[in-house]
Amino acid sequence: MTASPVLELRNITKSFGDTLANESVSVALARGEVLALLGENGAGKTTLMSILFGHYTPDSGTVHVEGRELPHGKPRAAIRAGVGMVHQHFSLAANLTVLENVMTGTESLLRVKSDTRAARARLAEVSERFGLIVDPDARVGDLSVGEQQRVEILKALYNDARILILDEPTAVLTNIEAEMLFRTLRDMARQGLSLIFISHKLHEVLAAADRIVVLRGGKVVAERRAAETSKEELAELMVGRRVARPRRETATPGETVLEARNVRVSSAGGKGLSQVDFSLRAGEMLGIIGVSGNGQTALAHLVSGLVRHEEGDLILFGEPVRDPSVRAFIEAGVGRVPEDRNTEGAIGDMTIWENAVLERIWSPAFSRHGMIDRGAARQFAAEVIEAFDVRGGTPDKRIRLLSGGNMQKLILGRNLHEQPKILIAAQPTRGLDEGAIAAVHTRLLEARKSGAGVLLISEDLDEVLQLADRIQAIVKGRLSPPVAAEEADARMLGLMMAGDWQQTARDTGRGFDAV
Amino acid sequence: MRFERRAHRPLILVVLAPLFAIGAALAIAGFLIALAGAPVLDAFWQILKGAFGSRLGISETLTRTTPLIFTGLAAAVAFRARLWNIGGEGQFYMGAIGVAALASGIMAGWPPVAAIPVAMLAGAIAGMVTLLVPLGLRLRFGVDEVVTSLLLNFVVLLFVSMLIEGTLKDPLAFGWPQSVPIPEAAELPELMARTRLHAGLLIAVVAALLVQFVQARTRFGMQSRAAGLNAAAARFAGVPLGVTLVKVACLSGGLAGLAGAIEVMGVKGYVTTDLSPGYGYAGIIVAMLAGLHPVGVVAAALFAAVMFVGADSMSRGMAIPTYIADVTVALSLLTMLLALFFTQYRIRR
Amino acid sequence: MMELFDIFASAGLWAAVLRIATPLIFGTLGALLCERAGVLNLGIEGIMTFGAMIGWLTVYQGGDLWAGLLAAALFGGLFGLLHAVLTVPFGLSQHVTGLGITLFASSLSYYVFRLAVPVASSPPTIEPFQPLRIPLLSDLPLLGPALFNQTAPTYLAIAAALILSYILFRTPLGLAVRMTGENPHGAEAQGVNPVAIRFGAIITGSALMGVGGSFLTLSAFNSFFPTMVQGRGWVCIALVVFASWRPGRALFGALLFALFDAYQLRLQTVVGKAVPYQVFLMIPYILSIAALAVMARRARVPQALMQAYRRGER
Repeated sequence: MTASPVLELRNITKSFGDTLANESVSVALARGEVLALLGENGAGKTTLMSILFGHYTPDSGTVHVEGRELPHGKPRAAIRAGVGMVHQHFSLAANLTVLENVMTGTESLLRVKSDTRAARARLAEVSERFGLIVDPDARVGDLSVGEQQRVEILKALYNDARILILDEPTAVLTNIEAEMLFRTLRDMARQGLSLIFISHKLHEVLAAADRIVVLRGGKVVAERRAAETSKEELAELMVGRRVARPRRETATPGETVLEARNVRVSSAGGKGLSQVDFSLRAGEMLGIIGVSGNGQTALAHLVSGLVRHEEGDLILFGEPVRDPSVRAFIEAGVGRVPEDRNTEGAIGDMTIWENAVLERIWSPAFSRHGMIDRGAARQFAAEVIEAFDVRGGTPDKRIRLLSGGNMQKLILGRNLHEQPKILIAAQPTRGLDEGAIAAVHTRLLEARKSGAGVLLISEDLDEVLQLADRIQAIVKGRLSPPVAAEEADARMLGLMMAGDWQQTARDTGRGFDAV
Repeated sequence: MRFERRAHRPLILVVLAPLFAIGAALAIAGFLIALAGAPVLDAFWQILKGAFGSRLGISETLTRTTPLIFTGLAAAVAFRARLWNIGGEGQFYMGAIGVAALASGIMAGWPPVAAIPVAMLAGAIAGMVTLLVPLGLRLRFGVDEVVTSLLLNFVVLLFVSMLIEGTLKDPLAFGWPQSVPIPEAAELPELMARTRLHAGLLIAVVAALLVQFVQARTRFGMQSRAAGLNAAAARFAGVPLGVTLVKVACLSGGLAGLAGAIEVMGVKGYVTTDLSPGYGYAGIIVAMLAGLHPVGVVAAALFAAVMFVGADSMSRGMAIPTYIADVTVALSLLTMLLALFFTQYRIRR
Repeated sequence: MMELFDIFASAGLWAAVLRIATPLIFGTLGALLCERAGVLNLGIEGIMTFGAMIGWLTVYQGGDLWAGLLAAALFGGLFGLLHAVLTVPFGLSQHVTGLGITLFASSLSYYVFRLAVPVASSPPTIEPFQPLRIPLLSDLPLLGPALFNQTAPTYLAIAAALILSYILFRTPLGLAVRMTGENPHGAEAQGVNPVAIRFGAIITGSALMGVGGSFLTLSAFNSFFPTMVQGRGWVCIALVVFASWRPGRALFGALLFALFDAYQLRLQTVVGKAVPYQVFLMIPYILSIAALAVMARRARVPQALMQAYRRGER
């Protein structure tokens, strides 16, 4: 490592409206170093990196690469200086080929002909050097998520990046893919590249980084060498206080309330489901763990009454579902928390009361002869706000103005207020901070305790291990057999999420039938 | 310089937006008038005088306002649900020819109490059916309804032309291509003696109030708004998207069809291919100027009518083509879009 | 019955196909370029109308025919600039803005035309482009008079399709345009300025639309009258979908469409009064709608089409 840093951010401050996303943040990166930027959602990590890369202009502060100051707001300048960024939401064009994606912006726009041959050779060389193999002529939309990430990294390396920034790179990867990625990153560091990766996962930063910078509320709160810190210390630094997440207590489940037998759903666009079996009993929580994009959306839609299955049986309270509809599911007592608050859970430009009652608007409590009883609807919204501690909410406010956590509390509340017998919770804590996560977990456990069957679909291992009674993994639209939570651990679930459940059974010497 | 989304939409800005839009459009129109070498203020004064300066002027302005309220409402209800109905012109003509065909065919000898509502219904249904075609193509094949509803306007106009030169041709019209007249029973009573102003204006205002009520107070209104604002969330909340869109299309197409029907029943008495000077397209502008608000549509329709009637009268006295009215109204759509933008965003640095 | 097929053997038909196709080729290429960069330009109908008017007016006022074409391109580009300003930095609804441009541009062209040319019983005319015989090739039987005896703008249209195809698929600029239409954030991340690309594509595309409109008054006819564009702009928008956003297929689509149109014109004279002429006139529009219905789900739509791009906002 050389003494002078290859990259330095000095006193970066950036605000959006009234919120301060970064406050006088300074970070330095040495050559050949792997630096982790750790922080909760909303701590300002992504904003900081977007400033570094020129997507945002800071209110004040400077960015220096190898001693030279970068002009603000110019991604091109960052690229020229050798900074490459791998975005969390890939910036790839699905309809273009790998080669085309990589080549974009690398040649002068005034050239009368692209030099495809030279580009192809260079891409082959770079991918060889770092062991990132992809077919240059494949359409990016046809690649798997892992391969797409490889293309994203190749894009940066192709541009001679010496500093690589990865934003939540493991969010869409299986544990095994993630391990492979980190091996690649270490290899790059050894070849003289400097890396920053953004994460909120403690085990990950400890395993992969040399040094860890912790961000909280837009400020740097601590800096530790990976070798000299612990998961516990990092957790406290990241959250700023001790937040105890609630854990499940043992309980005896009741009758089966929801059951799937050999269900198949084909879905246009996304992943479908095949040969899905599970059963959910009253008073228990069934966790479905999996890496994003393995059919969770189709599963959530299936049990929310949005899609019809083509094969097999879906049995709701003992009755096979023939003609699913959202209304029929809600009337039967199914509460539903969608996996994406903003696209499915709420209509930002409608008021809180409208969002609170929209899915029950046909109920005689809220409308008669097609006329809405606005008084009753507002009353309902006010009760939910009160009972579920939705801060900053009044019935006539547009829901867009609520924070993510409070919006989620409202969505949970509009369901739980009606005491559902089944609660479907898809990714209920995605994107929330620790305080809100704890509140959501408490509510889920309360629902379970009061006798509801809770189906928890999640990508968060810790969450599922802490809350669920039984766990199944979802891989490529199929479900593994269930394991009891007491008998499961992170390693075993990791293998299951990679689709290796026969292997898991053999390794642990246990059959799944035992559950 | 960049734009930042406002947390709140200040009411004052929402109210001022159309006024700003119209003011800016008039300013540009003034520039175009000056370019033609005419005195700008005098031209505007002549427009106002033409629209309001006489009993006849006022009656003409209100007569023109009537179809614009209907086509404006048609666009407003559709756009709220993100149904891009640009086919108002075609639906207008279908409504008109629907009334002409039905009324001239079977209504001879009917009492007005029966003939008028049945004729209106016929016009509305003809408009509905016309819009259900592009909606059907969208739901079945995923075709963007903007282009199909636009293309259908041309098909409909040719269809109407075919009918009034063929089956529905008036044999007494000295060879002019116009439809047979509707019987007197289906004609709307006049509101002002010896003018063209007819009861259609009252029907239009009542329609605006009804649409307002439906949108604000009914389940259908809430669901169609939800479908327009966020289709995925509406679907998750159990709003039947297809059915809702079909209902919206019936309302929208029906209103545009009514516009044509009432124009025939109140003003002309028969159909020609120049029955509408672009009411369908102007309706889109009226709807946007009104911020898609049904009651606002009445005011915006009045503005457009003032421009059209006033410019007609102004151009008779000055060497300014009447098209200045179309230019101003079209400009007000663009300036309104900008004004709406600034109700939602503010400039930062 | 034979007569129905005899039509195909006449050079006149094929010559007419190219003539009818020319404004469609220009318009479709223009719309295609805008959409490849991610912006729907429904201003096309009005821009073509204005192009027809200003091209004609330039020549009527004593300008060269080429000056007329250039004026049409220039004003087309100006309306494109307006569309770009409203839809790119402001991110206004591309649908509504485009319609607004169409209404504005067409009413403005009628206004300017009326100002410049007083009302007359028969519209004033100009001397339009004359057919340009390509030596040797135009002497070929059938093919000669059909393909190689066209006016200059027709050859230009075909060249434009080939050039646009080359630019989009063989140059870094074309790749940047396609990337912007697929994922403007991705383009930005690779140092391509999507705002500049969109401005350039819309302005250039709109200039092509203007040229397409001017063909009507400078070559196909010799005078201007309101509503003469007759929905050709909307047909072009449909042709872009039919062509799956590829210039080569757009050329083919425009020619195919023109073939139907030219055939139906001749069919009218053969079939005579048995079928009302309006039925034939409807065919182009109905064909466009049918083409949309067939292609809508198959075509690979640019992923960012109609998505406003704001820096730093996802």
